[in-house]
Amino acid sequence: MTGDVRPDGPAVSRRVGAGWRALRRRLPQRRRWRDHLFTVGWLVAVWSLLWGEFTWGNLLGGAVVAVVILVFLPLPRVTFGGRLRPLALAEFVGRFVAELVVASVHVGWVAVRPGRSRLRNAIIAVRLRVRTDLNLALTAEVLSLVPGTLIVEADRAAGTLYVHVLDVRGAEDLTRSRDRVLALEARLVRSVGSDAELRMVSAPTTTTTTEPGGSP
Amino acid sequence: MTVVVIIVAVLLSIAATLALARVVRGPALLDRVVAAEVLISIMIGALGAEAAVNRHATTLPILLVLSSLGFVGSVALVRFAAGEEA
Amino acid sequence: MTGGDVLDVLVGVCLVLGGLLSLVAGIGLVRFPDVLSRTHAATKPQVLGVLLILLALAVSMRNGADLATLVLIGGFQLGTAPLAAQMIGRAAYRTGRVHQESLVVDELAEHKAGADRPD
Repeated sequence: MTGDVRPDGPAVSRRVGAGWRALRRRLPQRRRWRDHLFTVGWLVAVWSLLWGEFTWGNLLGGAVVAVVILVFLPLPRVTFGGRLRPLALAEFVGRFVAELVVASVHVGWVAVRPGRSRLRNAIIAVRLRVRTDLNLALTAEVLSLVPGTLIVEADRAAGTLYVHVLDVRGAEDLTRSRDRVLALEARLVRSVGSDAELRMVSAPTTTTTTEPGGSP
Repeated sequence: MTVVVIIVAVLLSIAATLALARVVRGPALLDRVVAAEVLISIMIGALGAEAAVNRHATTLPILLVLSSLGFVGSVALVRFAAGEEA
Repeated sequence: MTGGDVLDVLVGVCLVLGGLLSLVAGIGLVRFPDVLSRTHAATKPQVLGVLLILLALAVSMRNGADLATLVLIGGFQLGTAPLAAQMIGRAAYRTGRVHQESLVVDELAEHKAGADRPD
């Protein structure tokens, strides 16, 4: 993911941050080209899908459109520094589909549940362990589609997501939602994160305020 | 298949009516945006269901346009709503 | 019963389930008390409903080019629904449209209160 691992955590992340900065000094040009090529490839693929077929004309047209987009509508660079782990990715996708179904059924049940019982919700803060933009964005994106959670606000600097939880019945529901967010982040990092990030997720840290499993 | 068509048509019609009710009742602009988004999704669903039953692909581009329209429309309206009251 | 019949049944089941989920989303829209809860209804069941209908469409078409377009539509739904939901959630909270009485815990408000206080 991006190289801006903030050096405010344990010593590991400080070392990682320094390593990244050194790497960036050494390979800035190559990385930038790789990112651009990746974006162009992605846009060409979407363009071809829009036309519904892969032909040379479509590929060429897509490339032109992609370059025009990149030149005239530049976006902040998002570097993908991790690596793809197919097995973990498959697990992630499988769990995602399962959780999407569970979430839909749950929201549906809350919607059709008879009686005029009051709906109780909550907004909880969850501090992610890997505080990069890409991780924050991906986790937030997936979170909105899985059980009873919806992002209200994202604090980019602190790497904290404020999550709206539907239908809270007690304190254990809050703990469970928190655990679910962190588990989701761990699955995400396991599928696309770098090795350093993977260590941050699997190591039992003491710096995070929202440690999973801490039921009162 | 005829039974399926009738069931799906009834389900989607009721859903669309409910979403429309929320669009009319509001109370805030944001409620209407959410409801309009659902309404567009229901339209996608209805067109998709019709295409699936009759096995044709003529409406596929419309589905594509509708799904982008829903997103762009709600983002634009939400930005407007946030700017209006913030 | 041939393979084609099985697939037809699958199409029917997906269509009915998709319709049911859309209906549930509509009911949620009407019954839920505030914008954020309604957004829950608008994202999860609705997205799954549309995906199921697209799946039915893909199964009934069974050809590559249409499948590509359907994948694009489905991906678009999956990608944009959470984005729109998050923008709605943020705007709703910032403009004070959140039903405070129905919130058990509001750590965002606590955070904001903490940020305003000079330490």
